[in-house]
Amino acid sequence: MAAALTQNEALLQFLLRMGDNTLILGHRVSEWCGHAPVLEEDIALANTALDLIGQTQMWLGLAGEVEGTGKSADELAFLRDAWDFRNVLLVEVPNGDFGRTLMRQFLFDAWHSIQLGHLIKSSDERVAAIAAKASKEVTYHLERSADTVVGLGDGTEESHGYMQAALDYLWPYVGEMFASDEVDAALVAVGIAPDPASLRADFDALAGRVLKEATLTIPDSSFGHKGGRNGKMHTEHLGHLLTQMQWLQRAYPGAKW
Amino acid sequence: MKNEWPLWEIFIRGQHGMSHRHVGSLHAPDAAMAIKNARDVYTRRNEGVSIWVVEANNIAASSPSDKGPLYEPSESKVYRHPTFFDIPDEVGAM
Repeated sequence: MAAALTQNEALLQFLLRMGDNTLILGHRVSEWCGHAPVLEEDIALANTALDLIGQTQMWLGLAGEVEGTGKSADELAFLRDAWDFRNVLLVEVPNGDFGRTLMRQFLFDAWHSIQLGHLIKSSDERVAAIAAKASKEVTYHLERSADTVVGLGDGTEESHGYMQAALDYLWPYVGEMFASDEVDAALVAVGIAPDPASLRADFDALAGRVLKEATLTIPDSSFGHKGGRNGKMHTEHLGHLLTQMQWLQRAYPGAKW
Repeated sequence: MKNEWPLWEIFIRGQHGMSHRHVGSLHAPDAAMAIKNARDVYTRRNEGVSIWVVEANNIAASSPSDKGPLYEPSESKVYRHPTFFDIPDEVGAM
């Protein structure tokens, strides 16, 4: 392992992880705009996407400050390459069908709400302030995605089939949200963020309760994809997503409206 | 098989509003989801502090063809308007 991280380097990695999660998921969810199965869901998904992009501005804005090179949130979002991103793989997988999108949203919201609940008490006031603002939005995201997962899981035979397939597909991406490394250890030591592994019990209780009510079966496998939050190996999907998300700034550098 | 969600009428009370006002309608599978959908469709620009939803087929409505007998008789009864009184400020909105 390379030389020990400074606290500032660890904080920067943490902020990129938070901001890249919300940025990439926000972009994915925005892909539904104009395509959702009903008008009401279309607007709800767009609202969720906008909330996540708003949170991204705060996390990446602070990341730019902490990095100290004067980069804005926009520059971090639009001018980094796939290997610089620190989001978990779960948020970059393609939307699939509506059921899979909502299942992914629920799994992320469950982790996100627990994570923000801890970050509200962060020893870094800037982190605590962002978490306090974001957690109100995320409380609603979770309520909505959990209700939809239950509605579709415990719905018709057809919707149940879609939701079980979504859970089977996405479950191997859950573990990465709880994988701890030296970045986390450095932040735990100074009380900035909780140890991801310590959130797992609360997540299992929450996800277990909702998925049971949805009459869905959690796959009996501990296999987990990883490589997103440390940037070592993203899926092939992230590059495709970035070409869409970043093309305007790449083609017309500095373009504004 | 009927696969349309039922229609819900949405009523929102604004920041300083005295009462809930009808703002429109939307589809939802049940009342709880209707409130969530109403939150997303009708309060995204900070319009409200309270939401009521009523399933549209639970609303009994007067018939437009009864307009004459129902409403026209009151047209010529100006003395029913309390415009001949001064209302003290302390009374507030009426």
